[in-house]
Amino acid sequence: MRRLLAAPLAAWPALAAAAQPINDPARGWDQLWRDYLVDVGVIFAVFALLGLYFMLRYRRRHPDEQGDAPQLTRMAAVGWAVIPAFVFMADDFYLAARAWQVWNWYRTVPAERLEVKLDAAMWRWDFTYPNGVQVTNELRVPAGKPVMLRMTAIDVVHSFYLPDFRVKEDSMPGRVTYLWFYPREPAEHVATCAEFCGMMHSKMTGKVIVMRPDEFAAWYEGEGKKLAEEQSKKTGG
Amino acid sequence: MAFSLKEWIFTTDHKRIGVLYLIGALAAFAVAGIMAMLMRIELHSPGPDLTANPNDYNVWLYFHGAAMILGFQIPALLGYLANYCVPLMIGARDVAFPRLNAFSVWLFFGGIVMALATFVVPDPPDIMWTGYPPYSIKTAGNTAFYTFTVLLIGFSSILGGVNFLTTVVYLRAPGMGWNQLNIFVWSIVAAFVIQLIFVPVLGVAVTMLSFDKYLGTHFFNPANGGDVLIYQNLFWFYSHPAVYVILLPFLGITFDIIATFARNRVFNYKAAVYGGIGGVLLLSGEVWAHHLYVAGIPDWLRLGSMVSTLLISVPVGLLMISLLGTLYRGSISFRTPMLYALAVNFTFLIGGLTGIPLAMVSLNANLSDTYFIPGHFHYVMAVSGTFAIFGAIYYLFPKMTGRMYSEVLGWIGFILTFAGINLVFFPMMIAGLYGMPRRYFDFEQFPEVAGLQLFMSLGSVVILAGAIVILWSWIHGLLKGEKAPANPWGSRSLEWTTPSPPPPGNFGPKLPVITPDWHPYAYGRARPAPGGA
Repeated sequence: MRRLLAAPLAAWPALAAAAQPINDPARGWDQLWRDYLVDVGVIFAVFALLGLYFMLRYRRRHPDEQGDAPQLTRMAAVGWAVIPAFVFMADDFYLAARAWQVWNWYRTVPAERLEVKLDAAMWRWDFTYPNGVQVTNELRVPAGKPVMLRMTAIDVVHSFYLPDFRVKEDSMPGRVTYLWFYPREPAEHVATCAEFCGMMHSKMTGKVIVMRPDEFAAWYEGEGKKLAEEQSKKTGG
Repeated sequence: MAFSLKEWIFTTDHKRIGVLYLIGALAAFAVAGIMAMLMRIELHSPGPDLTANPNDYNVWLYFHGAAMILGFQIPALLGYLANYCVPLMIGARDVAFPRLNAFSVWLFFGGIVMALATFVVPDPPDIMWTGYPPYSIKTAGNTAFYTFTVLLIGFSSILGGVNFLTTVVYLRAPGMGWNQLNIFVWSIVAAFVIQLIFVPVLGVAVTMLSFDKYLGTHFFNPANGGDVLIYQNLFWFYSHPAVYVILLPFLGITFDIIATFARNRVFNYKAAVYGGIGGVLLLSGEVWAHHLYVAGIPDWLRLGSMVSTLLISVPVGLLMISLLGTLYRGSISFRTPMLYALAVNFTFLIGGLTGIPLAMVSLNANLSDTYFIPGHFHYVMAVSGTFAIFGAIYYLFPKMTGRMYSEVLGWIGFILTFAGINLVFFPMMIAGLYGMPRRYFDFEQFPEVAGLQLFMSLGSVVILAGAIVILWSWIHGLLKGEKAPANPWGSRSLEWTTPSPPPPGNFGPKLPVITPDWHPYAYGRARPAPGGA
């Protein structure tokens, strides 16, 4: 009996890890954005329609006319302050809670990931892979694996921005920041600088090239070998 | 009375000083507006168009931002409108310290000259109005002109703050209680309290910047133990409250215009003053860190900033309800000032609601520093503020000049600018959703926004046409307008009890005496109820 149970129990942590869904910030962002549009759409409609109705209904009909809004009673005045305040506050806390939930996805990097170092400089992005391979402006990553960037800058403040993945974080001299994104399908995505950094700010742009995992593995190992050969040549000669 | 340049230069009369502020502010607006047009020409298609040098573009953008905020909006609201309206509205003969007032207007002109030096010095500043280090220290541009523009205009504003707070506290007409003040006066009190608390911090920040650049200190240089984020914190500790310094007076004057042209009491006056203006004042200093959401700040700071920033919707919501409620059972006349005031309700509603995702830290991660940001803040602050200022100029035109403007020209100018700003700034937010970052000289990596960019450039031509008609309507009114009566709008507020234009000293030999049942918004067929609205 004990032996019968032991096998599935031993496999349990692995199963749990495999079943753990990856909370993709990009998907969370898109969903939250749609909900936000509904939320403010209602507020906009109420205010705009009421305003339009008042403008038509209460337009001046003869020159000596005066407005005749009644004086609010004390109860009405307090009610018109407190009730809307609580309605707005409730919406604020709802939106804050939703935003914070998605923000946790932004900050929680899956354990199974590719970690790349990024040094920003005027005006280029230098990436360093775990095996030491360095590339500039073109980050190649495998599809289906979360990618984490640890970032800093060597001169001024830059901001690494991937519009398609809805992520952005400043890379600054003297500080290390991080972001992660989840490339699902092979494709090319724009990477660009979002913090003003001087003359060529708008040209500080690169690509994230998402490759099929096998193609990426071939490229990655090939580059790694090349690097190792170069290094052994240097040390040998 | 013959025109005398000497009298204008040495004037201590609050109305003339107000007009001097207006002239300086409109000059800054015109030059900064030309910069905006140059940028729109440059951006109408991908690739270099007007200039091949991105630095030229960066200088235009720096000047547009710095001059519109520091040279136009704040001086037009806290210089021109506060000077012109506050003593008249509270029934005073002048401000408390008239000579200090004259000194502050000339400091402001010093600041304007310093800003305009951008166009004559070699290596002009190219650091955007935010001036983030280390770029602002490493650049070849002359950051000092930025520092001294900020210091001069900031000092001028501090003097104004001392002056106007004293004026409102001590020089209200005999019998005028705090609940009988125009909402504009309240908004000016709150705005100057914010200025007095926060301007010194901005002064410190930009001074440290110049020390780092020219004197070799290392406040912001991590290689020598400094930190790049200190500046961002100091800068936004002032510059986010500065948004409310602009917001409160422009909503304040909008209240006065709407009450006058709806001939109606302000809806829930006390909620608007104590809840709305007071609430914004209380929250103004606790929200700045949302400008650093993607600058690697700790998560507890992100959470706190998100909640405090979203809570701004409570006082602002109360102000919006009061504005809208003032129309209820009113008698609305669609004169030009009212068109602008109603448009402020619309642009401010859009601007406010598009600010919500920027407060939400996760939505902000994608939207920050894209075109969504300039789209949002042009609606909420730039356009709303400018419409309120333009509405106020039309509103006060008969009082200031003694003449009426042409209603037809006023309407045409309004329709063009209102259409134009929506053609420019709504597409701007959509371009932000495509990921187009702001402050870009070129956008070849974003071919999908090319159509929107061209659309915005064409829209900006509509705004320019509107601005020309507006200027023409003012010049036309000044030279050829009919004589204005003392109170052309039928307002109950004190400034309209004076002749147009008011003489020095404003109110004849005796100041108005305020009875407890008087109120600036006591409209209606029945006699005003005791205690006011």
